[in-house]
Amino acid sequence: MPHWLQLMLESLGPLLWAAFAFTAPLTLLSFAFGLAVGLVVALIRLFGPAPLVAVVRFYVWIIRGTPLLVQLFLIFYGLPAAGIVLDAFPAALIGFTLNIGAYSSEIIRAVIGSVPKGQWEAAYSIGMTWSQAMRRTILPQAGRVAVPPLSNTFISLVKDTSLAAAITVPELFQAAQRVVAVTYEPLILYIEAALIYLVMSSVLSALQTRLEKRLGRYGGFLEAQS
Amino acid sequence: MIELRNIEKRFGDNLVLKDVSVVIEEGSVTALVGPSGGGKSTLLRCINLLEIPTSGTVRIGEEALTFRPGERVATRDIQRLRRQTGMVFQNFQLFPHRTAIENVMEGLVTVLKWPAARARERALALLQKVGMAAKADAWPATLSGGQQQRVAIARALAPSPKVLLCDEPTSALDPELAQEVVDVLGQLASEGTTMVMATHDLRLASKIAREVVFLDAGVIVEKGPSAEVFGNPVHQRTKRFIATLRQEQGAAAKGEA
Repeated sequence: MPHWLQLMLESLGPLLWAAFAFTAPLTLLSFAFGLAVGLVVALIRLFGPAPLVAVVRFYVWIIRGTPLLVQLFLIFYGLPAAGIVLDAFPAALIGFTLNIGAYSSEIIRAVIGSVPKGQWEAAYSIGMTWSQAMRRTILPQAGRVAVPPLSNTFISLVKDTSLAAAITVPELFQAAQRVVAVTYEPLILYIEAALIYLVMSSVLSALQTRLEKRLGRYGGFLEAQS
Repeated sequence: MIELRNIEKRFGDNLVLKDVSVVIEEGSVTALVGPSGGGKSTLLRCINLLEIPTSGTVRIGEEALTFRPGERVATRDIQRLRRQTGMVFQNFQLFPHRTAIENVMEGLVTVLKWPAARARERALALLQKVGMAAKADAWPATLSGGQQQRVAIARALAPSPKVLLCDEPTSALDPELAQEVVDVLGQLASEGTTMVMATHDLRLASKIAREVVFLDAGVIVEKGPSAEVFGNPVHQRTKRFIATLRQEQGAAAKGEA
C-alpha cells in the first residue's frame, strides 16, 4: 500500500468523526436557526414598522460588511472582555447563525417579493387573512424560487465552518491540522480534508436537485429548464 | 342586495371614482362597461375591498361598511364584507402549486375550516358545474386559459358568496376559449347567481348582463337595462363607445372567419 493511501486511511477515522460530531451539527443548526432569523428579518423589511426596519437593515449591513472570521473572533475572543464568555461551539453557532440570517434574509425578501401581487389578491378574494395568504399561498411559491439561491448559501456554509477551527472548534479542518502536527504531511491531509468537504457539498447539491424536482412538479420555470 | 353609495376613490391626487352610487338587485347580472381607465375595475374592486374607497358606503346584504377620508377601517370588518363576495380575475390567478380541485377547496378548508372530505365533495360538484370535473387533479399550468378560468369560477363560488365579481373574465382569452367562459357565466346567470362584471366583451355584456353601468372618467355616464343601453343609448359618449366596441369586435370576428 502506498504511503499516502495508508496515511489517509489511518486519519480517516478522526477526520470523519470531527465532520460528524462538529462540522455537520454546526452546519445544520446554524442553517436552520439562520433561516428562521432570515425569515423574520425579511418579513420586517417587507412589512414591518420603520424603526424595526432600520434596526434590521443595520444588522444586515454590519454582518455583510465585515469578515466572517472577524465576527467569529469578536464573539469568541472579544466578548469575554465584555464579561460574556462562550464555549467555542456555541460561539461558532451564534456567529454562523447571524451570518446566514443576514444573507438569507435578502434571498427571502426577494423571493417573497417575486410572487405576483395577483396571488395575494386571489388569496384575499376567497377570504384569507394576511397570515393565511402568507402561509398557504405566498411562502410555498416563494420557497420554490428560493431553493437554488438558498442552496448556494447552504453549500458555502458547509465550507465556511472550517473557519471555526480558528476559534478552537475541533471540526473537520482542525482535525486535519492536528494530524498534520504529528505527521508533517500537510499535502496529503489537506487534500483528504478537501475531499471530505467535496463529498459533503456534493451530497447537498444532489439534495437540491431532488428538492427542485419535487417542488417543480406543478410546472413553471424550474421545469422549463430540465 | 348590494349597494354602493357615494363611492369616491383617490390614488394620490388622482380622483378615479367620483361620487358613484349603484344598487345591484339580488339575482341580477350587472356589467360595468366603459373605456380603460374609466374606473370600472376600480369600482368592482371597491365591492370586495381589494381597493378601499376613500369615502362612501359599501353594503352587501346585511353587512355594511362606511369609509371616511383618513380613517382606517379594521381588517376584521373588511374581511367580514369581503367574505360575502367571490372574485374572478382577468389572469385567472389560480394557485399554481395546488391542483384544480385543491384550488376550489382552499377557501373552504383554510377560511371556513371545513373538513377536507366535505370540501372535496363540494369542490367536485362545482368543478362538475363548470365542466372541469375530469381535470380535477390537473395542475393549473397544464390547463388552457379557458379551463383555468372555469376552475377559477368554481373557486370563487366555493364559499357560496352573495355576489360573484368578474374582472375582465374573458379579456386574456382568444374568442373560442372566451366562449367556454361566457357559456359558464351564462349558465350561472340563468340559475340566479348575482354577478357584477367589468368587461370589454360585448358578448358577455349584452347576452348575459341584465343591467349595464357605463363609466367614464370616474363617473356613471349612463345606466339601465342592457337592451336599452346597448340598443338605444341616450348619451353621446355611450353611443360612441358602443359603436367603437361593435366595430372592433365585428372586425375581429370577421378576421377569424
